[in-house]
Amino acid sequence: MLSVKGLKASVGGTEILRGVDLEIRPGEVHAIMGPNGSGKSTLSQIICGRQDYDVTEGEVRFEGEDLLQLPVEERAARGIFLGFQYPIEIPGVSNTYFLRAAVNAVRAARGEEEMDAADFLRHVRAKAKLLELDLALLSRPVNVGFSGGEKKRNEILQMMILEPKLALLDETDSGLDIDALRVVAEGVNALRSAERAIVVVTHYQRLLDYIVPDYVHVLSAGRIIKTGGKELALELEERGYGWLLEEKLQA
Amino acid sequence: MSDQNKELQELASKEYEHGWSTEIEAERIPKGLSEEIVRIISAKKGEPQWLLDWRLKAFAHFQKLEEPRWSKVSYPAIDLQGLYYYSAPKQEPLKESLDEVDPKLLETFDKLGIPLEEQKQLAGVAVDAVFDSVSVRTTFREKLAEAGVIFCSFSDAVREHPDLVKKYLGSVVPYTDNYYATLNSAVFSDGSFVYIPEGTRCPMELSTYFRINDQKSGQFERTLIVAEAGAYVSYLEGCTAPQRDENQLHAAVVELVVLDDAEIKYSTVQNWYPGDEEGRGGIYNFVTKRGACRGRNSKISWTQVETGSAITWKYPSCLLQGDYSIGEFYSVALTRHAQQADTGTKMIHIGRGTRSTIVSKGISAGRSQNSYRGEVKVMKGAIGARNHSQCDSLLIGDHCGAHTFPYIESQTPTAVLEHEATTSKISDDQLFYCRQRGMSEEDAVSMIVNGFCKEVFNELPMEFAVEAGKLLAVSLEGAVG
Repeated sequence: MLSVKGLKASVGGTEILRGVDLEIRPGEVHAIMGPNGSGKSTLSQIICGRQDYDVTEGEVRFEGEDLLQLPVEERAARGIFLGFQYPIEIPGVSNTYFLRAAVNAVRAARGEEEMDAADFLRHVRAKAKLLELDLALLSRPVNVGFSGGEKKRNEILQMMILEPKLALLDETDSGLDIDALRVVAEGVNALRSAERAIVVVTHYQRLLDYIVPDYVHVLSAGRIIKTGGKELALELEERGYGWLLEEKLQA
Repeated sequence: MSDQNKELQELASKEYEHGWSTEIEAERIPKGLSEEIVRIISAKKGEPQWLLDWRLKAFAHFQKLEEPRWSKVSYPAIDLQGLYYYSAPKQEPLKESLDEVDPKLLETFDKLGIPLEEQKQLAGVAVDAVFDSVSVRTTFREKLAEAGVIFCSFSDAVREHPDLVKKYLGSVVPYTDNYYATLNSAVFSDGSFVYIPEGTRCPMELSTYFRINDQKSGQFERTLIVAEAGAYVSYLEGCTAPQRDENQLHAAVVELVVLDDAEIKYSTVQNWYPGDEEGRGGIYNFVTKRGACRGRNSKISWTQVETGSAITWKYPSCLLQGDYSIGEFYSVALTRHAQQADTGTKMIHIGRGTRSTIVSKGISAGRSQNSYRGEVKVMKGAIGARNHSQCDSLLIGDHCGAHTFPYIESQTPTAVLEHEATTSKISDDQLFYCRQRGMSEEDAVSMIVNGFCKEVFNELPMEFAVEAGKLLAVSLEGAVG
């Protein structure tokens, strides 16, 4: 589904990704872990088409198609979703209006008809309830005045409504208390399916207790230095990242 | 500049939609401005002596005035002698039946999307359409007359209701008021007149449509609206002009008079030709709009959406004379290319307990300059007066400017005056967020701008609000950077 090969990228002349390889197949859940500044967010932003980075080498393919040539919105229409680490505020635009504009834009790009307004609203409300999201937030401006937890749940709501093929969740767990974490994880788990892949970018093992990954990758200084199963996350929790770096140096 | 920005900038140059002109033989009087011209205009319209005298007084006063230069707009001096002060479609349109109106004129209004034909008007908007200088047809006149409402062209009002016109003309904007208002008083050719009798709620929205078609013609219309005690009217005004290389002058005067417990809601969507990307052509829009809340508990609400004109110089104002009277000003001004807008309002608090609200939303794109200029003045007797002003600016790109000039003066210690101002930019983060959710850049910008303007759009009548939203979207196509 997603194939990243030898990806190198820099920003303002500083190399951030130094050759990343990653293969993700439908139905899989991957966790990308690593210390601050290792390039985790950069990787997901590049996959989604953010222009602030210069891709200097390598390729990113999605279902065989060269992703790097596509504008941001077309990648979204192909079914790629990014859950933002810091969700953006849009004053004056109601949350529901925004969601509907997003859904209809994606549907239009796929040649599908617009969703009926009443059906849409029912659908959104049902999902919001599942996420224990205050329904009043649906009519408030996008993310404006939302608490940290509300913003993150709102991201998951958008994901549930857009039903992407590939969801990249960038530090969705940061700023969540344990109850919110459980609710968010349930939302994500509800979307797990044989056709869909999920990539969870996180600092902490905590989230992976709830969203159990098939693979754990450790990204450090722009390279994936280790890949393992879910037990790798537990090992990292116990021992930190230091031992991996040493192991890498000795290798 | 990121690639995203560049794309946005390229998007910015959507062409003016109403840039066509109609080939209609026009009757014009000789070029230039003189006492003789003032007399000719008055004679053409068969005006009574008192009105000619008033025009001549204005003209004499005008001779003493100099063009004001205090606003933050720059343009070459306007050659007043190079303009035509009267231009009418040659076949004097008869107003009894649509069949008698030049079909080309009707076609023009069709293109503009004005439902001039009454069968299309079940929605209930009465339209007075002003083409260059002459009011072409007022629809729904009969139905309004039943309610006692007078809605007609200014010329008709002079003929049919001279006492009302005489009583109120110049009573809010005297002919000595300012350079452009004085010029208008001397040479105005037509406009609209509305009178709502005591205790009457006007049964439909009233609407005027202005279009400047003829080359090198100035448009000087006057609007006078009087709401007697307990009356209510909602009045809409729309404007377009064809695309010309030269600048055309528009200097209108609008006067509103509101008595006890009465209300006028005045909405404008102004989409005059803004000029091309290099700033060639476009309308110079120098307008004086003022309303007097003379009665107790009277109310005037100005709502404007300004996207056109090369230069906009316009300050719809309220004189809050009656105790507990209310003045409101809601404005969206969008500038792009080389447009310059200097617009805002004046709220003059005279009566006790008077209240005013100002919400101004300025959006600047391209190389445009967008200024808010507002004055809130509280006189000695205005005990307990309140004002809340909110001026927000949104910048699109790096080459435009937004400016705010609030003047606040209070002679009353009990007055409560609040002023808030913000300036923001559509951020790359916002655009990326929207695009990641599947929206195109244009749709995202349009959505963000509409969100920014929401408080003002909420004040517009429903169909107008939709129009205004679309107009902004069109004006913004490719405007971002």
